[in-house]
Amino acid sequence: MSDARKLSYVMAFNEAVRQSMEADPDVFCAGEDIGAFGGVFGSFGGLQSQFGEKRVVDTPISEQAIIGLGVGASVTGLRPIVDLMFMDFMCVALDQIVNQAAKLKYMFGGEVSLPLTITTAGGGGLSAAAQHSQSLEALLCHIPGLKVVFPSNPYDMKGLMISCIRENNPTVMIKHKRLLGMAAPVPEEAYAIPLGVANVLRHGSDVTIVAYARMANEALSAAETLAKEGIDCEVIDPRTLQPLDIDTVVESVKKTNRAVVVHEAVQFGGLGAEIASQIQESAFDYLDAPVSRVGAPFSPVPFSPALEKHYIPDADRIADDVRAILQRRIVGT
Amino acid sequence: MTEKGTKDMEISTEKQFDLHRRMVRIRLFEEAAGRLAESNKLPGFLHLYVGEEAVAAGVCGALNDDDHITSTHRGHGHLVAKGGNFNKMMAELMGKSTGYCKGKGGSMHISDTSLGMLGANGIVGAGSPIAVGAAFANKYRGRGQVAVSFFGDGATNIGAFHEAANMACALKLPIVFACENNEYGEFTPRDKTMAITDIVDRASGYGMPGAIVDGMDVIAVHEATLEAVQRARQGGGPSLIEAKTYRFYNHHGVQNLGLKYRPDEEVARWKERDPITGLESRMIDNGVANQSDFDRIWAALREDIAAAIAFAEDSPYPSSDQVLVDVYTKGA
Repeated sequence: MSDARKLSYVMAFNEAVRQSMEADPDVFCAGEDIGAFGGVFGSFGGLQSQFGEKRVVDTPISEQAIIGLGVGASVTGLRPIVDLMFMDFMCVALDQIVNQAAKLKYMFGGEVSLPLTITTAGGGGLSAAAQHSQSLEALLCHIPGLKVVFPSNPYDMKGLMISCIRENNPTVMIKHKRLLGMAAPVPEEAYAIPLGVANVLRHGSDVTIVAYARMANEALSAAETLAKEGIDCEVIDPRTLQPLDIDTVVESVKKTNRAVVVHEAVQFGGLGAEIASQIQESAFDYLDAPVSRVGAPFSPVPFSPALEKHYIPDADRIADDVRAILQRRIVGT
Repeated sequence: MTEKGTKDMEISTEKQFDLHRRMVRIRLFEEAAGRLAESNKLPGFLHLYVGEEAVAAGVCGALNDDDHITSTHRGHGHLVAKGGNFNKMMAELMGKSTGYCKGKGGSMHISDTSLGMLGANGIVGAGSPIAVGAAFANKYRGRGQVAVSFFGDGATNIGAFHEAANMACALKLPIVFACENNEYGEFTPRDKTMAITDIVDRASGYGMPGAIVDGMDVIAVHEATLEAVQRARQGGGPSLIEAKTYRFYNHHGVQNLGLKYRPDEEVARWKERDPITGLESRMIDNGVANQSDFDRIWAALREDIAAAIAFAEDSPYPSSDQVLVDVYTKGA
């Protein structure tokens, strides 16, 4: 792989969109600043010059209408990619996402499909403050009818984005803003990574760390540190959060007997609560310690770098948490 | 903007009968639904279209089967006018497995995508952005189809309408915004919720032409729609039609719920302008129809309604295992 072509996370996204548009004339993109400007993160760079204004559409700053454009176009047979510049902005469009996109198929008795991909950028670490830094994936995962994807690396980004576009359900692809420049080998040909399949990033025997998006990389970093202490971590990246590949997680916990669930989102009511609950429901007899959670404190994302550094979980906090649950022993053993 | 009054009949007699039939089908379906609701045979909410028939009939009578419409919480009339099937509609209202939505949508989500009817909608204003998407797809494919967004006066106070209107005009999409101004947003009169009298004033703010029509005159609605649809099909972009109309029943249900939010004399005044009897009188006066023609039409459609009620009542409820079916489309 060392000779393989490297691509950044954002350009892996871009290549997935480009190859999908080349393959399928029904695929188009719409969003704010995505045309000549190429998107504020360069996600859509070069696409309008290749495909024209008909297929790469600059929209007004109208998040409800952007999602509605995707809902109406997908339900009538196209395969739209509609972009919300920041994940925080989905709150402006929640009716179209939650009450329309997610529910039309069911409410119409299954008579329609919505091959709609909503793309957006989540996560903190850029001092972008409370309205441009959130991780709101748990909100989306709570809505039946949506699929939710949050990749941790360029290879997964390309393969998962291609799957999102080919998917016949409304799917939200979240890019993590701090991973945009992350480079790694990415095959040039189009390939699909199936939605709902977790990836075991590191095999280990002492504890299972479940982490996604940027936290998956932080978990790997924590695992390297802990390895030097003789602690062997298994790191699982669910990649797709809805549907969630809980089987891979449970199988791992049955082997390691301990689990830490990590996300950048606020801990209370986060996806970690769901994963922890499902682990204890399916593997209670295997657990040697309570399932632990690492997440953000219950506050908006702060602006100051000094505060934000404290706010967002990192490898040190994950390692501390792993050490803590390894201290625990079942009474009587 | 132009004031569209009742013109001399320029619409063919055949088309007049077509529009009449669409209106009568709506009236009979809605009155039957109202009676069923009164006898507690329909679960859930029921927003009846009675009184506004000329709008749905006049607009949908100007559309092809492959043109799209989005609808509102008061959506039965739009589906009937687009050609909806009574049996499937009545079964859906009763929550039966043979309904349009297999009992999962009900009155507020009734739809028939094969007729281009993209659903009644429980969220005020939410249909307009979806209609913009359908219009975008129609322009993208270049087959000359148009989309119509039906909405009420109240929906023009919600952001979704404004985003949709602006985007449709910015992208010059083949769409018609069809406003049913019935003067009340649920139970609150229009003059308490907006500082303008005519919804059509909003059209110029987005750069589209607007027209006010008498929403109790199906011919006037139809003519205005033909003009707007032709503009859309020829690449001229969006239009807004404001039909001044009135609902004869309540916001939901058929009872007045003891609420005196509309003066009795106002209700009576509008009921005198019944769109169906209005058309029938004019057709008779113009010598293109006689009373027996209409009697036959009403009688035949009453039989259809009775059959639809029997079909729905005889149909099974969905089995409990259907709860988890059709949350997602299977397979990529």
